Amino acid sequence: MPAAVLEDAAADVGPVEPEEPGPATGPRRVLESPWFGFALRRLFGVVLVLAVLVGLTFCMVQSMPGDPARVAAGNNATPEQITRMRHDLGLDHSVAAQFGHYVGGLLRGDLGTSYTTEEKVSDIIADRLPYTSELALLGILVVLLVGVPLGMAVAVACRDGRRRHLDGGFTLATGIIGSTPEYILGTLLVLVVGIELGWLPVAGAATADALVLPVIAVALGPVCTIARIVRRETAVVLARDYMRAARGRRLPAHRLYLRHALPNLLTGTLTVAGLLLTGLLGGAVVIESVFAWPGVGTRVVEAVTLRDLPVVQGVVLVLGILACLLNLLIDVVLGLLDPRTLTGRAAS
Amino acid sequence: MTAGLPPRRDRAATRPPRKRLGAMLVIGLAGLGLLVLLAVVAPWIWGDDADRLGPEVHLGSSGEHWLGTDALGRDIFARTLVATRPTLELSALATLIASTVGIALGGLVWVGGPRLRAVGLRVIDVMIAYPAVILALAIAAILDPGPKACVIAIGAAGSPTFARLTANLTASVAGRDFVGSARLLGVGPLRLMRRHILPNIAEPLLVLLSVSYAHTLMALSALSFLGLGVQLPDYDWGQLLAVGLQSLYTNPVEAVGPAVAVVLAGLSASFVGDGLAAAAERSSAPAMKAKASGAAESDPVSAIPDRTAGVPDDAVLVIDGLRVLRADGTALVDGVTFHVGAGEIVGVLGESGSGKTLTAMAVARLLPGGLHATARRAVLRDPGADELDLVASGSESAATRRRLATEIGIVHQDPSASFNPALKLGGQLTETLRVHMGVSRREAARRAVEQLEFVRITDPKARLRQYPHELSGGMRGRAMIASALLPRPRLVIADEPTTALDVVVRAEVLRVLRAANERDGTAMLFISHDVGVVGDLCDRVLVMYAGRLVEELTTADLRAGRAEHPYTLALLAATPHLDDTPSPEDANGDRRLAAIPGHPPRPDERPPGCAFAPRCPAVSPICHATPPPVHAPAPGLSVVCHLPGRRSATEEKPSEATR
Ligand code: SF4
Repeated sequence: MPAAVLEDAAADVGPVEPEEPGPATGPRRVLESPWFGFALRRLFGVVLVLAVLVGLTFCMVQSMPGDPARVAAGNNATPEQITRMRHDLGLDHSVAAQFGHYVGGLLRGDLGTSYTTEEKVSDIIADRLPYTSELALLGILVVLLVGVPLGMAVAVACRDGRRRHLDGGFTLATGIIGSTPEYILGTLLVLVVGIELGWLPVAGAATADALVLPVIAVALGPVCTIARIVRRETAVVLARDYMRAARGRRLPAHRLYLRHALPNLLTGTLTVAGLLLTGLLGGAVVIESVFAWPGVGTRVVEAVTLRDLPVVQGVVLVLGILACLLNLLIDVVLGLLDPRTLTGRAAS
Repeated sequence: MTAGLPPRRDRAATRPPRKRLGAMLVIGLAGLGLLVLLAVVAPWIWGDDADRLGPEVHLGSSGEHWLGTDALGRDIFARTLVATRPTLELSALATLIASTVGIALGGLVWVGGPRLRAVGLRVIDVMIAYPAVILALAIAAILDPGPKACVIAIGAAGSPTFARLTANLTASVAGRDFVGSARLLGVGPLRLMRRHILPNIAEPLLVLLSVSYAHTLMALSALSFLGLGVQLPDYDWGQLLAVGLQSLYTNPVEAVGPAVAVVLAGLSASFVGDGLAAAAERSSAPAMKAKASGAAESDPVSAIPDRTAGVPDDAVLVIDGLRVLRADGTALVDGVTFHVGAGEIVGVLGESGSGKTLTAMAVARLLPGGLHATARRAVLRDPGADELDLVASGSESAATRRRLATEIGIVHQDPSASFNPALKLGGQLTETLRVHMGVSRREAARRAVEQLEFVRITDPKARLRQYPHELSGGMRGRAMIASALLPRPRLVIADEPTTALDVVVRAEVLRVLRAANERDGTAMLFISHDVGVVGDLCDRVLVMYAGRLVEELTTADLRAGRAEHPYTLALLAATPHLDDTPSPEDANGDRRLAAIPGHPPRPDERPPGCAFAPRCPAVSPICHATPPPVHAPAPGLSVVCHLPGRRSATEEKPSEATR
């Protein structure tokens, strides 16, 4: 922030008046708003991600060892069928032409057709993505709403070296749950809550309560990891000078921790946790198989087994865009919490 | 950090013990060792059991088959143990791929020059943000599903993390001197990487390696679980688990063995990672042990004579025998007695670690965790209300909290760090008014504007809507003062408010403080290590040394050089031109104090006699053995010394010192 430094210098060297101007107004305000530069930079970022994703998914077919047409036509195909398949897939054109065709299709919303079921990939995704996003977004919500308060509560309870036992127990418990793969947690939930206790459905998405176990299975591990991060970040924030200043104002506990500490520890936490939340998308894909959840995850696993590339391509592309949007959302939240993060990634 | 709060050494007392983390590393290594041992021997010992078909299929847990049998009657316990080898091998292979590819990529990005670096880092960031499992699925689809595809897939998916860490670390190491000189000597980039950079970033890479091994193991087992990894008749834990899960409803015990194995292995690896990270942290910041010592408990509060008798009735603050104690009982501030009269500005002068800041924070009831204060008497007086006890233990009542918040204003040491960066200025300034005084939002804003005008901040209305980082350093300093003055407190405690400032801003801050004192008659306790600033602003000065008060005198006496205590005299002698505006070169007051040879003693190593004796030019034998007496001719004036007024050991003891 060279401008701020210059202002500082100006204010420090000269006599006290005149000082740096107050906040800008009018159209200048829009241009000078940190959100403007932020939007520009992020727009560039999104375009870059899209380009990388499209390039990578296109390369999937190209880099496949053996003949994609043979794979697509199936094991028992005759040479004529394979030739026809090669033509149908456009594999007899040059790579550049194929790429143009692929991108053109994408722009029209055409993601290709499944080798095995002949369904349009866009239809498959439109069918199944809502289930996966539901699972992932609810999972993220649970992670933030449970993990953050949990970590804060432990940090506040253990501040200045109090309650060592609670601290140790927390570290151990979150460590164990955090290093348990989500599909094992899911299985355990199925076993205990679903079968032994019989409280909740363990498969399918027919009813609303069928969501409970999959969401818990997806969220439990990240909840623990986030809680640990928040616990550490909170300890750091509580030791800051501005927290001492706030304590000096004798604020009630909720105001002290929620208004003064929370936004600051969230910035640190979210910077680290962005990866965790996109990783949760991957967790959702795996967990779907445990609960026979009709999302893109179960479908893509099937497609990988059958090497149904268009379906895999489509899902990889769409989930990639989802992950990218999620990151964007996190950065916007960060910007709202701490405007300093808008002026470049240097802060992170 | 010129003024230690708390003194550096004492922070060790509040630091949590690190022993548990060392144990973590040991447990993790032991677990991994056991697993490796199993991986080596299990196929020989249990190999036959694992493949032997039995007549009893889907058995539950029994003495013969601890974890039951599978669909072909094979013993699952044996199968789990035998599966250790392929599971560990595949994870190791994938981790190897991830680290080699990642480190090479990260190194390449750095070696390739600035333009490639910018683009490369951006691409690595994009790759990291992509969920690894999905990337692995894509790669598994390109290659035929199977262990080979999975290892490559997980390896590739894990490499961006290594790449970014390598790039980040390399960038930080590459900026260091020795790399620069190696480059000047013509060392090529590859050799530079191998000889000079890799060894220096090995430690964090090692931590990532073990954490990544845990993740790899989990991800691989997840792929096997999905049926994409190890294919029958081979098996690893994930595959065993997937098979066991098929009979979950009828024979749940089948899934237990492999599930526990995956968790234990993952846990061991992440314990190693956490333990290594903690060990690295430990070695970079050596824990300083707080020395427990009862020897410092020489003079309990009761032994200090009561000297509050002649304190004027209108004194705002009366402190008698204040001690600030560490958890182990060491007194960091030891028996300090003083008062601040109505409208009086009292300076507290001392080196870093003299206890001046702790004294101020004890008065404000803001001691950091692990420290507590005791005193025979420590009260804030208010003619219209009861005395407010400042060292009462136990939780504060709502009324006490309100009085503390509104009657004591605090100007913190570092205004830039003491404003919350996430909140707008207005909210922070008006908070006390709104929370404790029930002032409406509008009225609070009006008063805040008025106060900002008073401290000469331009465009105050708009400033309220700005964030602290949008203000200049000088403005933040004045805004901090405005914040302290807003509730119209009876006492302002200013903790080294001028330390970090340059001359012009410092003069401005002092002017504002003086103006507030003149306008409202606010009493002030002004902490500083700068003799010049204290002499400029204050009415009376308290000089502290090694946690004790050594002299109280008027500023007039200080300026005229009429101090009595050898320490104060030494301070004055080290301060040129007291009456001049301090020049920038004098900005660091500590340097002046350093002109007195030696260091103050640690609080747990105070000598039985005078703490200043080892450095005192006037020292005599009695000083080492006996605590010096207090000479207090009048309330607010005192000197604690055997030989007050003597400037050197040879000088004749002045007669007035015997008064
Ligand atoms: S008591 Fe003795 S050693 Fe201490 S300051 Fe006085 S003369 Fe010096």
